[in-house]
Amino acid sequence: MNILETLKGLWMESGFMGFFSGDGWKSLVMIAVACVLLYLGIKKKFEPLLLVGIAFGCLLTNLPGAGLYHMELWDEFLNEASPYYHSYGHILKEGGLIDILYIGVKSGLYPSLIFIGVGAMTDFGPLIANPKSFFLGAAAQFGVFFAFFGAVLLGFPGAAAAAIGIIGGADGPTAILTCTLLAPALLGPIAIAAYSYMALIPMIQPPIMRALTTEKERAVKMEQLREVSKTEKIVFPIVVAGFVILLLPSTAPLIGCLMFGNLLRETGVTERLSDVAQNALMNIVTLFLGVSVGATTVAGRFLTLDTLKIVALGLIAFCFSTVGGLLVGKLMYKLSGGKINPLIGAAGVSAVPMAARVAQVEGQKANPSNFLLMHAMGPNVAGVIGSAIAAGFLIKVFGA
Amino acid sequence: MEFKMNVGEALVDAVMGYAVVFLGIALLVLVVVLTGRIMSAKKSTPAPAAAENKPAPVPLTRPEPEAPGTAGDLKLYDTPDRDAAMIMAIVANELKMPLNELRFISIREVHKK
Repeated sequence: MNILETLKGLWMESGFMGFFSGDGWKSLVMIAVACVLLYLGIKKKFEPLLLVGIAFGCLLTNLPGAGLYHMELWDEFLNEASPYYHSYGHILKEGGLIDILYIGVKSGLYPSLIFIGVGAMTDFGPLIANPKSFFLGAAAQFGVFFAFFGAVLLGFPGAAAAAIGIIGGADGPTAILTCTLLAPALLGPIAIAAYSYMALIPMIQPPIMRALTTEKERAVKMEQLREVSKTEKIVFPIVVAGFVILLLPSTAPLIGCLMFGNLLRETGVTERLSDVAQNALMNIVTLFLGVSVGATTVAGRFLTLDTLKIVALGLIAFCFSTVGGLLVGKLMYKLSGGKINPLIGAAGVSAVPMAARVAQVEGQKANPSNFLLMHAMGPNVAGVIGSAIAAGFLIKVFGA
Repeated sequence: MEFKMNVGEALVDAVMGYAVVFLGIALLVLVVVLTGRIMSAKKSTPAPAAAENKPAPVPLTRPEPEAPGTAGDLKLYDTPDRDAAMIMAIVANELKMPLNELRFISIREVHKK
């Protein structure tokens, strides 16, 4: 046995060799991107629960020879001419570990399960107490359609433009579900843009809030919200699920799961299930979702001009969603005779509860005795429903 | 669906999408408000005749005893009760002291000059 030949063979078959062949350098760039994302998640605490998983998935998928995720299998899965078109069996037989985990993303399972947890963690009380704040949640979907239009102008096909636009909904699971259904090839950059910008809300929103509102408007103190009865809180998810799904059936997975989770929270007889949805289920699914979404950032597909366009359009989407919410907030300020603080409009971009906290902080800067948090939670949770409706519309129009 | 859209189509879809979100939300507001009204109407419906036969409650002649640890009245200036309760709870929490060991004399809203 020739030792040198053996060592050479080991070297040639190692992942290190992969960096020096073909487009191997791109994998090195992606590993650097993964390290930057890990830094942002761990050190800067940018949505760490998801960003750390996404970054590690990105690292794993770009290690040559690891074979955890195979983009070519998913290409066949999506190719109507392939014998393996929509064949999960083929994925299970030939795929690596992350291919199998990715089935949960592809089938729309993870985002829906996360929505059960989100529902179980959400108190819709402020929204029930002040249903007008629903309109702020709708207004803040402006960025979704603005970015959609911008993406078409930049040459993206309709379905891809719709998937990019939904970044403006500032709702990770909704963005992932919409993207998986409309433009699976763009999932990596869209998920990374969505979660990164959600983490950057405290930096993105305040300058826009200050630019579009006056000191006097920001200082407005809002009246105490009325008490919401337990019965109202129980009836709310049932009514909303029934009504919205009948109106727009394509919202069923998101709204159905969101309201089911909320019902578990409010019934008072399913504490154990509510606890599991909020904690164990949410954490397990977040773990799988992060790693498998991160794994889609394969170097050859990620390092393109389209990724840069998506990152730019995502920022535009967030900014214009904030603008939409603020402008309708200002309108409500005028119509109410100065009783509604327009800052709560900015919380209409979902990003619960970060956007509501930003409204609270900005309101308190203008008037130290201002407590806007509960008032901002209404538009904030309305934004979740609004972005689900926007996603349902886009899926209906551009879905296969 | 890998078709390129023209700008006009995209604009129509964008405007229509935004309008659908508003319309859906407007209808939802209507449903939520109606549900709330129905429920509050049910709540305010007087109880059956049994209540009419019930003797009138005896008025309290004696003032209720103060809670243990109460240290006089608290004066509130431009501050709702709920806000005051919240402020006192926050102060107690920050000082890591039980609320009944603290004495609040007055709470006044700070008006910005």
